[in-house]
Amino acid sequence: MKAIFLTDLTKHYGKNRGIERVNLSIEEGEFFGFIGPNGAGKSTTIRILLGLIKATSGHAEVFGHDVWSNHVSCLQSVGYLPSEAHFYASQTVQQALQFAARLHGADCENQTAYLCKQLQLDTTRRVSELSFGNRKKVGIIAAMQHKPKLLILDEPTSGLDPLMQHTFFRLLKEYNEAGTTIFMSSHILSEVQHNCTRAAIIREGQIVACDSVAALMRTHAKKVSVRGVFDKSKLKGVAQVQQLDDVTHFLYQGDISDLLHCLAEANVKDLTISEPNLEDIFLHYYK
Amino acid sequence: MGMNRYLFIHELRQNARSLTIWTLAISACMIMCVLLFPEMSSQLDSIGSMFASMGSFSAAFGMDKLNYGSFIGFYAIECGNIMLLGGAMFAALLGVQMLSKEEDQQTAEFLLSQPVSRTAILSSKWLAGLLLLVIFNVLASALMVLSVWAIDEPVPWKDLLLLHGAFACLQVELFCICFCFSAFMRHSVIGLGLGMSIGLYFLQLIANLSDSASWLSFLTPFGYTDTATIITEQALDGQLLLIGAAVSVFSTLLAFVHYSRKDIYA
Repeated sequence: MKAIFLTDLTKHYGKNRGIERVNLSIEEGEFFGFIGPNGAGKSTTIRILLGLIKATSGHAEVFGHDVWSNHVSCLQSVGYLPSEAHFYASQTVQQALQFAARLHGADCENQTAYLCKQLQLDTTRRVSELSFGNRKKVGIIAAMQHKPKLLILDEPTSGLDPLMQHTFFRLLKEYNEAGTTIFMSSHILSEVQHNCTRAAIIREGQIVACDSVAALMRTHAKKVSVRGVFDKSKLKGVAQVQQLDDVTHFLYQGDISDLLHCLAEANVKDLTISEPNLEDIFLHYYK
Repeated sequence: MGMNRYLFIHELRQNARSLTIWTLAISACMIMCVLLFPEMSSQLDSIGSMFASMGSFSAAFGMDKLNYGSFIGFYAIECGNIMLLGGAMFAALLGVQMLSKEEDQQTAEFLLSQPVSRTAILSSKWLAGLLLLVIFNVLASALMVLSVWAIDEPVPWKDLLLLHGAFACLQVELFCICFCFSAFMRHSVIGLGLGMSIGLYFLQLIANLSDSASWLSFLTPFGYTDTATIITEQALDGQLLLIGAAVSVFSTLLAFVHYSRKDIYA
């Protein structure tokens, strides 16, 4: 069964572009990354999925239910972590979490206690007294405590320290192995590279690539760093050139023997040729 | 309409402090007025005729029609105006923040991503607002009856019932209108709620000034809360109440229709 199914999903804000004919299909049990810089349409897509805003045209389904006309059934199986979690200021952490659980009709005290312990969150404090990172933890627990079938995470790690990020991804993995589908938007590519099985890249409201993370990484391009002086004007397939002092970094998509030939003639002091990471590929799509 | 029990209770809790403060503040003012009556009544014969002869000023506050020397005349003018304006401001504030505060304080994203329909959110909030107004009116009226007993005056049950009944209707109508504003707004607009209540109140003061302006009563819900008319007629104006009821129903429906399809960004 498909956890998320989007067909030609479009949203315009007045004359401004939101998203344009987005197609996406995510199977149950996937750990999916949704990559793009700020303003590319990640949050717009997520808001449509949650029924917060209505799509201009196209169709969005969560577990086979239309997200707008049947939004209560959709949200029943969803846990959502917003990029900035806000709660009612007068509530304590415990009251906020209990309120969220009740609205889900879930009785999940044990799971809540487990998550609070894992994330080291003091539940007796008022939400208004919490730091951004601690509020984020409340958001994480509110999204995960009722063991949803689908977790939608909007830039989940902002505000969390590296140790907490580690714990958080361990919890996500635990949930994913138990069958939870995870849909995570992010602009931090390393976390997508390390955690997701599939990913889509969104640019200016349109999906420009969607594949398994392994396949996205498997391009013909090589990442080349050369220390020394050489003439690259004769090379074809050079992209993203960065010159730092006497070191030249670039992405090379041409013939390797041409590259070696060119370098052999030049005065090269040092050389690295490596596989590009997701970051470079991302830049490639954003060029 | 599928009200959600937890949301309903949550909304009552969110407004508990505001309810307490408004009830105590307005009741305290009214109790002070009632307790002043015995001392004033000895001098009231002369004051009463003076108040009744201040021309249009008397007319605006209904002091030309009411006997300031009688307890109910005094009550209708003094306590009536406190409860009228105070209650109106409380109801307007309650309504105007009811929905917009969620977007203003950025809790809308949390609330609307829970598996609760928008209709359920709207009806829970609307009903919670009405219950808060009921509690406010019951407490304030009960305190009034107690303070009338305290000064050994006979309780004018029918007059009190008519006056406070009219005030309650006014509050419900203002609440519904402001609830509708709230559905359209993305930010808390306290000024709009308060400004509208006070503006409509002054509209009625103008309507009282002369017969040529009396049609203004049809434009303001304060038309059916004119204390002088209520006491002299011993009845509420059914026609104006009916307009009020229609406005309330229409505002509420409009709020439901709009908010159910509103895009939420906060």
